[in-house]
Amino acid sequence: MSMRIEPPRGLFNLHLGELWAYRELLYFFVWRDVKVRYKQTLVGVLWVVIQPLMTMGVFTIFFGRLAKLPSEGLPYPVFYFTALVPWVYFATALANCTNTVVANQQMITKVYFPRLVLPLAAVCSGLLDFVIGLVVMITMALVFGIHVTATVMLLPLFLILALLTALGVGLWTSALNALYRDVASIIPFSIQFWMLASPVAYPSSLVPARWRWLYGLNPMAGVIDGFRWALTGHGQPPSAQMVASTAMVAVVLVGGLFFFQRIEGTVADRV
Amino acid sequence: MSTAVIRAEGLGKRYRRGMAETRGTLRDALTNFARAPLAALRRPKQEVFWALKDVSLEVRDGEVLGLIGRNGAGKTTLLKILSRITRPTTGWGEIRGRVRSLLEVGTGFHGELSGRENTYLSGSILGMSKREIDRKFDEIVAFAEIEKFIDTPVKHYSSGMYVRLAFAVAAHLEPEILLVDEVLAVGDINFQKKCLGKMGEVARGGRTIVLVSHQMNAMRRMCHRVVWIDDGQVRQNGNTHEVVNVYEAAMSKDGEAPLGSRVGDHSRGYFTGWEIIGPENTSPHLLDSVRPVTVRFTLKLPERIKRGKHGIALFNAERQLLWGWAAYELDLEAGLHDFIYRFPLLPLKPGIYTWNVSFWDREELIDWGDLTPEFHVAIPSFQHSLDVWSGLLNLPSEFTVHSRSTALTSRPSG
Repeated sequence: MSMRIEPPRGLFNLHLGELWAYRELLYFFVWRDVKVRYKQTLVGVLWVVIQPLMTMGVFTIFFGRLAKLPSEGLPYPVFYFTALVPWVYFATALANCTNTVVANQQMITKVYFPRLVLPLAAVCSGLLDFVIGLVVMITMALVFGIHVTATVMLLPLFLILALLTALGVGLWTSALNALYRDVASIIPFSIQFWMLASPVAYPSSLVPARWRWLYGLNPMAGVIDGFRWALTGHGQPPSAQMVASTAMVAVVLVGGLFFFQRIEGTVADRV
Repeated sequence: MSTAVIRAEGLGKRYRRGMAETRGTLRDALTNFARAPLAALRRPKQEVFWALKDVSLEVRDGEVLGLIGRNGAGKTTLLKILSRITRPTTGWGEIRGRVRSLLEVGTGFHGELSGRENTYLSGSILGMSKREIDRKFDEIVAFAEIEKFIDTPVKHYSSGMYVRLAFAVAAHLEPEILLVDEVLAVGDINFQKKCLGKMGEVARGGRTIVLVSHQMNAMRRMCHRVVWIDDGQVRQNGNTHEVVNVYEAAMSKDGEAPLGSRVGDHSRGYFTGWEIIGPENTSPHLLDSVRPVTVRFTLKLPERIKRGKHGIALFNAERQLLWGWAAYELDLEAGLHDFIYRFPLLPLKPGIYTWNVSFWDREELIDWGDLTPEFHVAIPSFQHSLDVWSGLLNLPSEFTVHSRSTALTSRPSG
């Protein structure tokens, strides 16, 4: 085993083989995040369910009962909860990912590991929460008498798309955050705007047809519609838009990997 | 002849001055770009400095290499480049083998997690596999002496327990090449000794080690070769004793003699300093050969003291008292007084020592504390090469064998 030490150069030099060698560290980072999150809370795992359930309640009262927004023929709680499970996962993953390099700067300046492990761990550590949310979501669908079909098997695909979106954007924001701390202030309200631009509180059928193409570029629109459809059979099935948004994610992700590895070599000096 | 496992050619590292302290904000970057879009694309003209300049070195398989130099000389930067924490600006290097680095104790520890969980986390961050940690877990806990608290969150640990566990994890790394920075300066004296022992074991285990430390005694004991880094460049590279002696001599010349942390009523008198005197002497604070030594301590008194009392003590770097003595009923006029000690022999190991002196007017303390600069001893070692058998004294001895009877020499004694 031999390795070279040299100044950062080259446009694309990802060392994916090395990343594989560090897969156990990825596991330990995820394990740490999960442990620490549940360690000091009184109700522990319940928080994972309470937060989207409360949001669901608020949405049901204000957007549903008061504003009377359409819900694709679904009961309001199901309509909102099917969107909130993927959305909360995505929003948390992106926020964690943005902070991960800064939050681990002590470690970064003292020991070497492929820095890419950090954003990867950040987007993976929410998966347990997601699975718990998913169980509640399916239970709720059954309680409301929704006929769950085989399309539910497609859920993992939408999850992967959500994960890659969070990772793609998170690679950019985590690297930028290490260089410019302002990013940490921009991200939280950007995520709020992003939620308004996704069919969480309203159905995407409300979007005027001539703006659909633009709306479709938002990968989370496809993810959330996809979740609703896969679980309940209602709402918008995946369309050609999904191809566009997947391509969009690919572009952001590859660009993010490129940008992240550019700063990786010297981030210890700059963070 | 063993092969080079670390090779570095012309390594250099440039920093922008204050890069770490003043981080740019996005606004600055954007306004700069708005003002002069082209200039922003070019390399920024900021004040730069080279933390490391054109450093080349080679470390052979199984060698223990020490890096010495004053603070900010570039030792840590070099270690960070070799361990790939950051990349060099110029030059290149090549490393053959599994490298692990220890730049601090407790990398990756998390206060909310238990000792057990942190052992796995920190071990993994330092480069151990889960199986490796499983296998060594009991040994690590025993080494740290925290069996009872292994499932307590480390935020409830005393700082001593924390450091012991953290070091125990690090001490059980089994790399082919280990890069270590000053982590030995932790914990209480006994645990430090244990750590030094463990490091020594590792070093004797044939592993390649690059070690940064300010403890010259440790360097002398462990290193095969020393590189002195000064102002980002290699100043000297060679035999441990040679380089360390030259380094210590250079450092003690730069020393000054402030009152420092001494206590007492200094308005009534104080020691102005100390030095080795005599014609054979080359440096006032360095002893570099075995010979009689005369040491002068100067006391300044603004007024007469009739029943003065004077104490003296010699400490080693581990703060062990090596020798103490006192004089009573001294009647001294106002002025400067030289207290002269003549030692026929000072059988001290190479290293740094401290003179601790005091002066009293009966029971009233006038001046007491450590004198600066420290006392550097660079006598060759006449001791056993194994630490456990080297002992406290560096006694020169003449050894001969006189065989008197052939009949007796062939019989082993019971």
